[in-house]
Order: sequence, then C-alpha cells, then structure tokens
Amino acid sequence: MTPERSGCADRTGGDPRRGAWVARGMSCEGSKESSMIDETFIALSRWQFAATAMYHFLFVPLTLGLSWMVFMMESVYVMTGKVIYKDMTRFWGKLFGINFALGVTTGLTMEFQFGTNWAYYSHYVGDVFGAPLAIEGLMAFFLESTFIGLFFLGWDKLSKRQHLAVTFLTALGSNFSALWILVANGWMQNPVGSSFSPETMRMEMTSFFEVVLNPVAQVKFVHTVAAGYVTAAMFVMGISAWYMLKRRDLGFAKRSFAVATGFGLASVLSVIVLGDESGYELGDVQRVKLAAIEAEYTTEKPPAPFTIFGLPDDKAMEKDAEIQIPWLLGLIATRSLDTEVTGLRDLMARHEERIRNGMVAYDALEKIRAGDDSPAVRHDFEFHKKDLGYGLLLKRYTTQVSDATEAQIAQAARDTIPPVTPLFFSFRVMVGLGFVMLGLIVLSFWYTIRRTIQDKPWLLKALVWSIPLPWIACEVGWFVAEFGRQPWAIGEVLPTFLATSSLTTGELVFSLAGFLIFYTFLLVIEMYLMVHFARKGPATLATGRYHGEAAGPRPGYAPAE
Amino acid sequence: MILDYETLKLVWWLLVGVLLIGFAITDGMDMGVGMLLPFLGKEDTERRVIINTVGPHWDGNQVWLITAGGAIFAAWPIVYATAFSGFYMAMLLVLFALFFRPVGFDYRSKLPDPRWRTAWDWGLFAGGFVPALIFGVAFGNLLQGVPFRLDDMLRSHYEGSLFLALLPLLNPFALLCGVVSVAMLALHGATWLQLRTVDPLAGRARQAALILGAVVVVTFALAGVWVAFGIDGYRVVSQAAPGSLPDPLAKEVVRAPGAWLDVYGRMPLAVLAPAVGFLGAALAVLFSVAARPGLAFLSSALAQAGIILTAGFSMFPFIMPSSTHPGSSLTVWDSTSSHLTLSVMFWAVVIFLPLVLTYTVWCYSRMWGKVTVEEIKARSVSAY
Repeated sequence: MTPERSGCADRTGGDPRRGAWVARGMSCEGSKESSMIDETFIALSRWQFAATAMYHFLFVPLTLGLSWMVFMMESVYVMTGKVIYKDMTRFWGKLFGINFALGVTTGLTMEFQFGTNWAYYSHYVGDVFGAPLAIEGLMAFFLESTFIGLFFLGWDKLSKRQHLAVTFLTALGSNFSALWILVANGWMQNPVGSSFSPETMRMEMTSFFEVVLNPVAQVKFVHTVAAGYVTAAMFVMGISAWYMLKRRDLGFAKRSFAVATGFGLASVLSVIVLGDESGYELGDVQRVKLAAIEAEYTTEKPPAPFTIFGLPDDKAMEKDAEIQIPWLLGLIATRSLDTEVTGLRDLMARHEERIRNGMVAYDALEKIRAGDDSPAVRHDFEFHKKDLGYGLLLKRYTTQVSDATEAQIAQAARDTIPPVTPLFFSFRVMVGLGFVMLGLIVLSFWYTIRRTIQDKPWLLKALVWSIPLPWIACEVGWFVAEFGRQPWAIGEVLPTFLATSSLTTGELVFSLAGFLIFYTFLLVIEMYLMVHFARKGPATLATGRYHGEAAGPRPGYAPAE
Repeated sequence: MILDYETLKLVWWLLVGVLLIGFAITDGMDMGVGMLLPFLGKEDTERRVIINTVGPHWDGNQVWLITAGGAIFAAWPIVYATAFSGFYMAMLLVLFALFFRPVGFDYRSKLPDPRWRTAWDWGLFAGGFVPALIFGVAFGNLLQGVPFRLDDMLRSHYEGSLFLALLPLLNPFALLCGVVSVAMLALHGATWLQLRTVDPLAGRARQAALILGAVVVVTFALAGVWVAFGIDGYRVVSQAAPGSLPDPLAKEVVRAPGAWLDVYGRMPLAVLAPAVGFLGAALAVLFSVAARPGLAFLSSALAQAGIILTAGFSMFPFIMPSSTHPGSSLTVWDSTSSHLTLSVMFWAVVIFLPLVLTYTVWCYSRMWGKVTVEEIKARSVSAY
C-alpha cells in the first residue's frame, strides 16, 4: 500500500465528527499540522484536468463554427443548385470530420473525469452540476452525433433538402452542447439556484431556472461560441488564401473565402462587443478575476482607468510601469461613471471577514452533524451558511477550522487572490489577438466586396500565417476564466484542493502521462491528415473538376471519406 | 413535482437501466462489429463493408454510454463519484480503448497504406473488446462488493493501491462476467452483420453467431450458479424510514450466501429477466441457423436486456455494495440526488428520449439496405 492510501485510512477510533471533512492525506487529525494536504497530488489533479480540457478545446471551436459554415454553403447549393457549393460543403466537411473525430475522442475524457479525478466534487455538487451534463447528452449530443454520420455518408441516400436538414441539426446539436456545458461552467463561476444541505452534506438545487438562466453562463455562452465562429472563419480564410496565393482552384477559394469573411466579421464583432465583462460584477470570485486581470490591487476612484501595459508585483501588491487609458475600465466593467471596480486589497479584507463567518458556519455544521440541532445552532448555521466555503479554505492549514489561528486566517485570505501576473498578461494576449483578427477580417471583407482580394498577396500571406491565432486566443481565454477562478472549484463554495478523489500520486502520474502521450500521438495524426487534405484541396473529392486532377472522376482513387 | 420522492428514486433506477440497455443494444452492436472486424473481413474491401454497416451510426450509438454516465452523475452523484474513482485504472483502460473508435472509423480509409488501415482495424477491435470486457468485469465486481468506505462527510476511500488495484478486479468470477459481456456484444454484432451484409460475409457472421450464442448461454448459466452458491450477496437489515433525506450511512447491511437470490423469492416475476436472457441468446442462434437475420437481431437485443436486468434485479436495491464496510454500501434509496433534481431530470428524459428514439429510427431507416463489396468500390471516395 502506498502511504497516501494507507497512512490514515483506518481512523475508526477517535471522535469521528471532528475534522472528518478532510482532503486526502490529511485524515489523521493533528498528525501533520504544518502541511495538511498533499500539494503534489492536488497539482497533478489540476494539471490533468487542465491538460485534457485544453486539448479538448483545440477541437471544439472549429466544430462550433465550421458546422454553421458548411450549413451556409450547403444552403446556397440547395437554393441555387450550383454544384461548386456542394463541393465546398463536402470539402470543408471533410476537414470538419477530421477535426470532429478528435473532438469526440477528447470529449469522452471530460465526461468521465469529474468522477475519476474529482470524486468529492462530484458528490458535493452533482445534484446541481450533473443535471446540465445529463441534459447535454439527451438534448445535444444525441442530436449532433446521430446526424453527423448521415452528414458524411448520406449524400446518396438523402434528398437535397433532407441532407441540408441533417447538416442543420448537426450544427444545432454542437451549439446546444456548448450551451449546456457553459451552463455547467457558469455555475462553477457563479453558483446560483442552489444551497448547502447539512443533512446530505452537499449542494442541492433550489431552482433549475436560476441555474439555466445564470447571467454568467449566458454571457460566457455567447462569448465562447462566437470565438468558435471566428476560429472557423480564420481557418477557412487562411486555407482559401493559400489556394489564392498558389493561383489554384480560384473560384472555389474565392467563394469559400467570401462565406468565411462575412461570417467572420459578424462573429469577431460579437466576440469583442459581447465580451464577457458584464458577468464580472456577479459574486466575489468574478470581482477578484476582474481585478486580477487588471492588476487593480488598490480600488481606484471611479471610473477606473484601463491599463494597457504594466508590471504586476504580487508580493508588494503594486503595479509598475503602467500605461493607462482613463475611464475605460470603469465604463467596460460597470457600464457607469460612478461605480467602483473593487481592488484586490479591499477584496482580500472582505474575504477575511467571510472566512471568520465561515468558521462559525463550520462550527455549527459540526454540531448539527454530531446531533445538536438546537434552534441556536441552526440559526448560526443558516445565518453564516453562504460563507461556509470560505471556512473550508482553512482546511489547507488546519483540521480544526473553528479554532484557526490569526496567521492561518491571513494565509487563507491571501489564497483567495490568484496569481495576478499570468492573468494580467494572458488576458492582454487574448484581447490583442482579438483586435489583430478584427483588423484582418475587416480588411479581407473590404477587399472581398471590392473583388480585389486575390491581388493582395500581403494580406493573403498574413492570413495563412494567422491560422493559429484564434486557437491561441481561445486557449488563453479559457486559462483566464479557469485559472482566474482559483482557489475555487465552485466559486465561494468548494475549494479546489478539497474537490479531488482519493487516489494515489502514482496513479495520477500514470494517467497524466498516458493522456499526454496518447493525445499528442493522436494530435500528430490529426495534423498530418489536416495538412494532407488541405494541401490537396477540393481535388480530394475526386470529382475531376479541381487542381491536380486528370479530367473526369477517378472512382478507383483510394483515399476516401 | 407530480411524482413523490420514493417513486422517483425507483423510476431513476429503471431509467438508468433503460439507458444501459439502450447502450448495449445500440453501441454494443457496433462494439461487437468492431470485435469481429479483423476476423470476419478477409481483405480490405470486406473490412470496409463491415465498417460501413455501422459507419453512419456508431457515434450516435455511443451517446447512450455518455448519457448513461451523465444520468448517473445527475441522479446518483455519490455512485458516480465512488465508482468512477474506485475503478480508476479500469476506467482509464476503457477510455483509452474508446479513443480508438472515433479516429479509427473516420481516419482508417482516408489513406491507402495497408499498414495504416490494418493498425486502425485492430484499434477498432480494441475499442469494442476492451470496454466490453471491463464493463462485464465491473459488474462482476459490483456483485461481489467493492472495497470502499465512506467517511462521515461522505468522501469515499479505497483499500488497495496502484496497479495492484487492477489485479483483484480480475478475479475468476469477474472474468467470467467479462466473458459473458464480450460474448453477448459480439453475438449482437454478428446478428447485425447478417442483417446488413451478403454472403460470404453474412455466412461468416452466421457461423460466428452460433459459437458466440452458445458461449453466452453457457457462461451466463455458470455465472448464475456461481452467484447462487459461490459468492456472498448483500442484504439490508435496517434502514432509515422511507422519505427521509438520502444518507448512505444510515443503514445496516450484512453479507450472506445466496442473498442475491432474495428478489426472486419476493418477486417471482423477476425470474423473467434471466429467462429472457437465455431465451434471447438461444433464439438468436436458432434464427441465425434459419437464416432469419432480422429475428436473430431482435432476439439478441432481448438477450442483452435480459442479462443486464438480471444483474440489476439480483442486486436490487444495491447499486454498489461495499465488501469491507457493508454499512457504506450505496443503494437506490440512499444515493440519489434531491427530489427537485430527480424531477427536473425525469421531465428532461420524458421530453427528449422519445425525440431521440424517433430521429434515431429515421436515420437508421434512411441508411438501411445491404452494404456490398460492389457498392463500397463504387463509393470508394465517400465511404468510410
């Protein structure tokens, strides 16, 4: 047996009600006062989730956007009967399929991982968090996955309109799936419509509609799918630009480019105008994230300035070498001239109070669990319940939450602020890339309507080289959203370090290495196929109409759908 | 909220059963096809025929598994937490094997290299065989009880350690259950291939069905005898009053030989489940011999349902008994979500499941017909 499992496993003796609510590795009360939790284990669990989620999100944005774009191309085909639009649908659909296969593969992990690696999380919030995931399966996955096979293989078996309907339902399913995932994720950021039950020791749903209509979830959904649409637009524009630079398949490339540019323009404007700032006023976790993104250590007089560049210093809690635009942050974040954007120092002070309240709630909870359900205890608990999660932050430093020392309280309060520097810079990378893409798409749109795009090699080259940009922006965006939520798994409710499973470090090393090796292997194959088919272009359809093909169809050509 | 809490708990036990049976009948079919692929397909085009009988459907089928997982998360959060983390290494193996399927189906025929194609064929085999085996082994372990305990704050802990945790899972009884599972899914795949291909492939599938059907009947019977005389079952001695909030620690449980047969004494009709399991497998063989592939497929679907229900009925009300701390066992009554969540989810199922079934049937009917070598050659570029 490994120490993690055996060390304190059999604590049948002693007082079972005291300090039992513990993370792994800390189940012997008082045995390891200084380091209460296994930081390596927690870090590995987080790395595994981050790695598998980031890999998964390499494939999601393209699926979200490209599904709509092939639907548009096919709509034009059905309306006009022009075969080139059918070829466009099938060619971009082929690239869509190569990407989609890995989206499904890496998505499976996400479904299982809450149970395998975040077991206490699953128990603690499954009552609320499980529902959107299950509904995602019923409403979105079934739709998307049942029809996608017919999208690829049903061309000969379906009428034109039936096939168009299949394409539409596939796209709809993908986008519904994003909706329910972001309802679940939005709840992690801003856990509305639920309350803690001392009897069942978990969060329970109080209003399904509040969970679904969570404003944080809504803004995140719009922002995330629009980012996916931009990704797909940049992808199609970049590859089409390459064909134009090579002066091949011009009609095909220009038409694809035009569809992508129009779609991309609408989408990139949505991403920027409907960013998710409006969700940042809701709850302390979101406020912390906003202040961290802006490295606003000290509350500024409203309206707060926006910092374009600066050097955050977490130790001193100050920011140097700033370049600021007055008023802008206040306007973006609060949509007003006289509302403050609370700074991190003030938030920390507030959290210290909430930790003290959380200690009272925790003490009352222990009494209730031990059988003392007097009205006074119940009142104490109900009155401070919303700060119970803050009390749990002390679990990192002591099992005796209700008797925590001043030093431990100060440490826990410090923990409520995530590291500012990575958030500050990654947010600026995301926004910067957003504006670069806006510029590229606006220029492309302009030259497309003037019909001179094929004569602008500088722009076409820039577009080819810009294909990775939306992926970087998406990944960095998720980093801001999730790293900025730390130290919480569920904002203000459940600290990340308490949410793990009871596994061994060895098992995690094995699984993390397994995922990284397997995923990288699959990613290499995927990239190879993607480049292979993109280079060959529409000739891969073997219609005999495109660059590099001998005239006439070549039915014996082996590479197939 | 029309249904009361206790009724909903029972309904959710049934619904999880429905989702698992739906998984076995749909996705089990294409996993079975994957298992048979390297053996029944003698050359590349034949293998493409086999793959294309399930090509348009495997992804939709797999959602039964995903939705069953989501439903267990939402309806039985503590089961989801305890089972998925407890069977950690086994779950990883299932996942890694499943990874081969989306890429196997979609990428295999995209490049002409024979080594590339053969490699993905074995990937598709693994994607069917490994999950089928491990799901069976998992049920075998559930029937024997799993070594876990819940602490007072309902965090689950396991006895056992890295790698070694896998070995006790692979005990003889569990492996027998694994064989039942592999054989029944492969049988299902074999009846499907009879339905959707022509000779000589269909003939090979028929022969496979004869052997696999016999294996199902024999191993299922052996497992039944073993459950009756070889392993201990579990019995709830006392539990909290109906209607109290779910608390898995508020009951007393004992291990007892033959306890898994209690249900058949209380509810003799439950015997129908194993009966349908045997009959379905036997009829699948007979209809295969009689060259009635449609009826053979339906019979094997019945066999799946019967065998899964047998496991569910025998363990009722247990979902996950604990071998080391029986008092920590998880049951239908004390492992569920709140009343509100069960209601919301119930209505979600009532609305969406009929819709799902309707469009699934539409998709199958649109793609119906025998897949032939000639057709694959003609559609070489667009087929999988």
